[in-house]
Amino acid sequence: MIYLDHSATTYVDQEVMAAMKPYFTEDFGNPSSMHQLGLSAKEAVQEARQSIAQILNCQPNEIIFTSGGTESVNLALQGLAQEKKQGHIITTKTEHHAVLNTCKYLETQGTQKSKISGATQGGFQITYLDVDQYGQVQPEQIEKAIKPNTILVTIIYANNEIGTINNIKEISKITKKHNIPLHTDACQAGLLDLNTGADLLTLNSSKLYGPKGIGILYKNKNIKIQPIIHGGGQEFNLRSGTENVPSIVGFAKALELVQKNKEQETQRLTQLRDKLITEIKKIHKTILNGHPTQRLPGNVNISFADIEGESIVLHLNEQGILASTGSACTSKELEASHVLLATGQPPEIAHGSIRFTLGKQTTEKDIDEVLKKLPIIIKSLRKISPIKLEVKND
Amino acid sequence: MTDNWFYSEKVKDHFFNPRNIYRCEEHAKEFQPDGIGEVGSPVCGDVMKMWIKVKDNKIVDCKWKTFGCASAIASTSILSEMAIGRTLEQAEKITPQDILKELGGLPAKKIHCSVLGDQALRAAIKNYREKCQK
Repeated sequence: MIYLDHSATTYVDQEVMAAMKPYFTEDFGNPSSMHQLGLSAKEAVQEARQSIAQILNCQPNEIIFTSGGTESVNLALQGLAQEKKQGHIITTKTEHHAVLNTCKYLETQGTQKSKISGATQGGFQITYLDVDQYGQVQPEQIEKAIKPNTILVTIIYANNEIGTINNIKEISKITKKHNIPLHTDACQAGLLDLNTGADLLTLNSSKLYGPKGIGILYKNKNIKIQPIIHGGGQEFNLRSGTENVPSIVGFAKALELVQKNKEQETQRLTQLRDKLITEIKKIHKTILNGHPTQRLPGNVNISFADIEGESIVLHLNEQGILASTGSACTSKELEASHVLLATGQPPEIAHGSIRFTLGKQTTEKDIDEVLKKLPIIIKSLRKISPIKLEVKND
Repeated sequence: MTDNWFYSEKVKDHFFNPRNIYRCEEHAKEFQPDGIGEVGSPVCGDVMKMWIKVKDNKIVDCKWKTFGCASAIASTSILSEMAIGRTLEQAEKITPQDILKELGGLPAKKIHCSVLGDQALRAAIKNYREKCQK
């Protein structure tokens, strides 16, 4: 089996598993307990928090453990919205659904109809910024979109579908200048520099060779948010619920390992990625989606004209190659990927997109195997397709 | 290689071994279809095209091409088998439910794909009848 779906999720590193193990059966205490097992669990959480804080170059009490990326995004966006009560939020059209759907939810919240004029007031208004053909948003666009009542800017760091990296550092200069909090969804950005200048940052473990069901929200201590989960007051009263100690320990270990080897691994993956892209591009009527260089080291996203992505994925699966598609059918209904549509790709082309995401266990042999099998699959599917689309810049 | 597949075995079989495909290079001259029907749109992600040969009011051959996901491909393939040997009236009555039954079911959200196959077939029959009237 050749696993090329690392952006969906990763296997757990053996070293991470080993670090987690004692906290299931031996050191299983609740960090809130006063006895020795409680203290031991509390220490483990503190150590993990410390280790993550060091990597993010922040203070330990700026790290909030959550159940994963989606919860962290919800805590950042809803938590800040509740604190501010009303206002304007800036985001992009290419965010993950965790951000997009939370924004859509916020649009329905808090509006009141004026009894006198009948006009709606209050609530949250969202600006969904366009992106360029590569999926990038420019800092100037954000500056232009800022209004007097803007309460938050939330921009994805590296896109989960097409791997395009946004210049969060430059964007943070703009938001700082205007004194507006910046959140970034960094779930795919484990190999990148995590000192982004953002005030809020979402990260999860299950794409970093850590366990599933654990994430963090980094929150600058000067930013005030409200909790969205209420209870025993854990995590600085911002995320109640007994701490998931083994997963917290696992996440810290996973992040430490990924960041320790990031230069070497980035170089290795980039080489494999570029080989895969160059060779696939030799197939007639193919389009590389995302930025040619400003992209995640392990991300390859290609559209094949005249055929549909799911068919390609299932043929690859039958050959033992596990990839994915962000296009119609696998997601819901008939719609092509919102990310590809935002880059200006016509829907009929976007339906034929495939994503290969490389990771730690990917070898050059794996890439060669894909390059051997893929052209045959594309050819056979095109043979049974009744359409012949025109492709620009082919 | 996989046992637990997203689709039924029948769907899988027709997806990986589609029957009655229209091959432009081989069939263009010799096939000489009596009726051609095409439905769907590339923008929506599904296009089906069918070529039929008719003799004594019966479909004696049926070829097709499909742009779409696995269930779209499998449902057109199985429909081509169902159509051959039927009278035009019988073939016209084939419903999406008939195709689904023959395929051993499809995931709920995939059903729209197979709905198109019967429409393509009806379009081909209509095209044949229009030609006859001329």
